[in-house]
Amino acid sequence: MIHFVVHEEGDGVGVVVVEGVKQGQELVGWIMEDDKEIKMTAKSDIPIGHKLALKDFKPGDTVIKYGVDIGKIVAPIARGEHTHVQNLKTKRW
Amino acid sequence: MELKNSTFWGYKRENGRIGVRNHVIILPVDDLSNAAAEAVANNIKGTLAIPHPYGRLQFGADLDLHFATLIGTGCNPNVAAVVVICIEDGWAKKVADAIAATGKPVAYFGIEQHGDHDTIMRASKKAKEFLQWASELRREERPLKDLWVSTKCGESDTTSGCGANPTVGNAFDKLYPHKVTLAFGETTELTGGEHLVAARCATDEVRKKFQFMFDRYQAIIDKHKTSDLSDSQPTKGNIAGGLTTIEEKALGNIQKIGRLCKVDGVLDKHERPTAPGLWFIDSSSAAAEMVTLCAAAGYTVHFFPTGQGNVIGNPILPAIKICANPRTVRTMSEHVDVDVSGLLRKEMNPDQAGDALLECMFRTANGRLTAAEALGHREFVLTRLYESA
Repeated sequence: MIHFVVHEEGDGVGVVVVEGVKQGQELVGWIMEDDKEIKMTAKSDIPIGHKLALKDFKPGDTVIKYGVDIGKIVAPIARGEHTHVQNLKTKRW
Repeated sequence: MELKNSTFWGYKRENGRIGVRNHVIILPVDDLSNAAAEAVANNIKGTLAIPHPYGRLQFGADLDLHFATLIGTGCNPNVAAVVVICIEDGWAKKVADAIAATGKPVAYFGIEQHGDHDTIMRASKKAKEFLQWASELRREERPLKDLWVSTKCGESDTTSGCGANPTVGNAFDKLYPHKVTLAFGETTELTGGEHLVAARCATDEVRKKFQFMFDRYQAIIDKHKTSDLSDSQPTKGNIAGGLTTIEEKALGNIQKIGRLCKVDGVLDKHERPTAPGLWFIDSSSAAAEMVTLCAAAGYTVHFFPTGQGNVIGNPILPAIKICANPRTVRTMSEHVDVDVSGLLRKEMNPDQAGDALLECMFRTANGRLTAAEALGHREFVLTRLYESA
């Protein structure tokens, strides 16, 4: 069963594609572009459609998704944690 | 899906364009004429009024766009005939004459010096005549290249970027070699991925025009922006669905133009495609505004991917809803035409998803009503460039 998907190898975040992911849950991820599977442990409850960090981030880090810059980290995130507006911001507006 | 020699059944209009719907529309030029237009459509069952809130005291480029959008809507080949109603005769005639250049039947009515009652009676007689005439038109078999297909997504979430939008991209990549006329837009929603679109432009001239349109829209954002763009871009719904930044939203959005198509041309909001290929239309990312511009540009079928469940439709342009979010597919199934949630479970591959959309496209073109049509979604929203005088 796939719990989250990653667009491509090297992306810093994955997208949860099932409902009800809970903190501590073992998750199976699918890297779509490379058709590879990876495993992660959720460090937060993460709603469907929301992102989890695939590595540790510190403020100022750039987050890559689709192989492209999607913004900057503004609060520390641990691998497996929920990554959203509380810790990731646009660089553009 | 093998598309070589594939065909659909459409209505051949007087100017050679092919429609997939056969609407007789009652088109008000201004807000004041909505009541009469709606009364005519109520009298003559099967006609369609397209009310809207604008048309008074507009001037310059904003007024030009207003006229271009109304005229484009009337000219769209999904429309068989048009009754134009305006508070006065002059602008009614202006809109009617421009639509009549396509060769389709058009009549116009001004309300002043007649009042609503007399206008409604005379317009209803003409609408009945047009409707009965249109009802005898028959579909004919046409090659795929006669179809014009636009796309715009709405209430996107992260599943849009990994499911529904790549499905559109796969279908666009398959349609492009067959000389279908395609379109995408949503200028601010390319922010963070504009370099990827620029790289796809077919020529330097196209790239230059694209960059001009992009920079022009960014200047509007810069002039009026708040720190978070007021939860409007990304929208509240986007954020609830897991999208965090405009860059992330843009990269998902761009999946809709596939991997093989080139951007062959760039259109301002009032301009029209002049050849097959993929066109970028400078446009708002608000769903109804953008789809209204696509209809006015002459597109006849629309691909509308959604994540969180945007329920939009258009009066004359059938919008096919594609969704990959399993929760939305479960909770809002009546709005979804093509369920591609299997993509995210690895039960379906992008090629199969693209084919499922193309199959729905042919059925829709041949006459099957979309979910939005069946549910009565007829959002018609005119883009404004600035305040009225």
